[in-house]
Amino acid sequence: MTRLFVHELRAQQLLFWRSRESAFFTFLLPIIFLVLLGSVYGDEQFNGINGSTYLLAGLIGYGVVATAFAGLAITLVVRRESGVLKRVRGTPLPASVYLSAVIVSTLIVIALEVVTQLLIGTYVLDASWPQSPAAFVLVLVVGAAAFAALGLALTGLVRSADGSSAVVNAIYLPMTFISGVFFSTEGMPAFLRAIGDVLPLTYLLRLSRETFVAGDGLDMPWGSLAAIVVWGIVGFLVAVRMFKWEPREV
Amino acid sequence: MSAIEVSGLEKRYGSFQALNGIDFRHEEGEVFALLGPNGAGKTTTVEILEGYRKRDGGQVRVLGEDPGRAGPAFRARIGIVLQSSAVYPTLSVQEILDLFAGYYPHPRDRSEVIELVGLGEKAGARVRTLSGGQLRRLDLGLALVGDPELVFLDEPTTGFDPGARRQAWETIRGLRTLGKSILLTTHYMEEAQKLADRVAILRDGRIVATGTPAELLAGESGVEISYRLNGEEVVLRTPEPTRVLHELTAKALAEGFELERLQVRPRTLEDVYLEVTEDEA
Repeated sequence: MTRLFVHELRAQQLLFWRSRESAFFTFLLPIIFLVLLGSVYGDEQFNGINGSTYLLAGLIGYGVVATAFAGLAITLVVRRESGVLKRVRGTPLPASVYLSAVIVSTLIVIALEVVTQLLIGTYVLDASWPQSPAAFVLVLVVGAAAFAALGLALTGLVRSADGSSAVVNAIYLPMTFISGVFFSTEGMPAFLRAIGDVLPLTYLLRLSRETFVAGDGLDMPWGSLAAIVVWGIVGFLVAVRMFKWEPREV
Repeated sequence: MSAIEVSGLEKRYGSFQALNGIDFRHEEGEVFALLGPNGAGKTTTVEILEGYRKRDGGQVRVLGEDPGRAGPAFRARIGIVLQSSAVYPTLSVQEILDLFAGYYPHPRDRSEVIELVGLGEKAGARVRTLSGGQLRRLDLGLALVGDPELVFLDEPTTGFDPGARRQAWETIRGLRTLGKSILLTTHYMEEAQKLADRVAILRDGRIVATGTPAELLAGESGVEISYRLNGEEVVLRTPEPTRVLHELTAKALAEGFELERLQVRPRTLEDVYLEVTEDEA
């Protein structure tokens, strides 16, 4: 089982880095945004936090969503509609091994992405390092797992490979704005903030920023973490019901 | 022993009865062909046998197991060529064969598989650069890399040019020589006649004819003689072609007319197929 898992994980890593689309949109884009926005707004202050740090914490959250949620969903819909998943299902590789390898591969990408962002943030943009590293890692792991579950659930709602980017982007791009990846949500109209209060990314960003500024005495905002966990559980339950191995469009 | 045993197999999609009590037995080491028009139930049958679909009734045994409940150990013993080719486009032929070989407990040697399906020149090429025919050969290679006992080939040569089709036939014959059991579906009657030890013809979810190609042709009155006379096509079917032809040519000579476009040909599986799938419609 372990041998099969490692075998598949290596293949998934190869597939991710070979694909220009995934390597660019899910890995490079959050880094490019960090550099661009950081060089423009880095010296300002947001919510009493130094601009670079605020952006770094936010764009780390964005990277998690772009990779675990959007990238994973699009990749799996394309594989499902092209028939790759059906073919894999016809081999002795257990479904659970395949899916866990795909998800762990995604987590590896996120880890590399976060490290890159932290290095650029610290050495190029003068952002600060997370003051509470353990809490930071915990938040990222929980957030990535929850968004991966939501990404798997989302594949059940997308019927065609052609539509996958459109549908996924229509959900996740507005979410990044409403949840406040790029700027503070304080100036937003009340109805957008009301929507934002429901979205899991809002809580992921809040926690991410919290771990950057609050030090050892961090009073972990468990309520926000619980909100992400609840979203993750909902995503998992929907995914179990809706995830399909065979093309929806025939 | 039988590779596949099917009795009373039924499948419904909503109110549509796709399979209506199918029975057949596919002996080990045989090439068994399922024939029939689109929508007759070929792919539904094959996908139930492969374990992709649940049946609604009847008994099915594939390599002694119920494919509806079987797991990885069962899938390690079968090889599947689906109707549509689908592989990761960014991997090379070698890489994808290595990836799939790793899924099986006793895989075949990769270069042997590449040789068998004739992709030697393309071994290092990315999948996305392959032609349609090459992709189809890769499909076959992926179905064989686990060294299966039973191979499912769902329309393996659709879209092939005649040369490529003959090559594929050679490969399938080679598999038979290795002792593999092969379940084939096809639209090409010539393919079934050349390759299959036994065939079953499906129509509207039922088997309307089954047997060896020779058995199916045995009931047919042997030979078809056709020619044109005054612009009209004349077709005669006879179990006594020698006598009929002799009389016909004698008459033509005596009366001084030509038997234009005269043809004498044996009845083929295609003739049988067209009769059982089209009449009583």
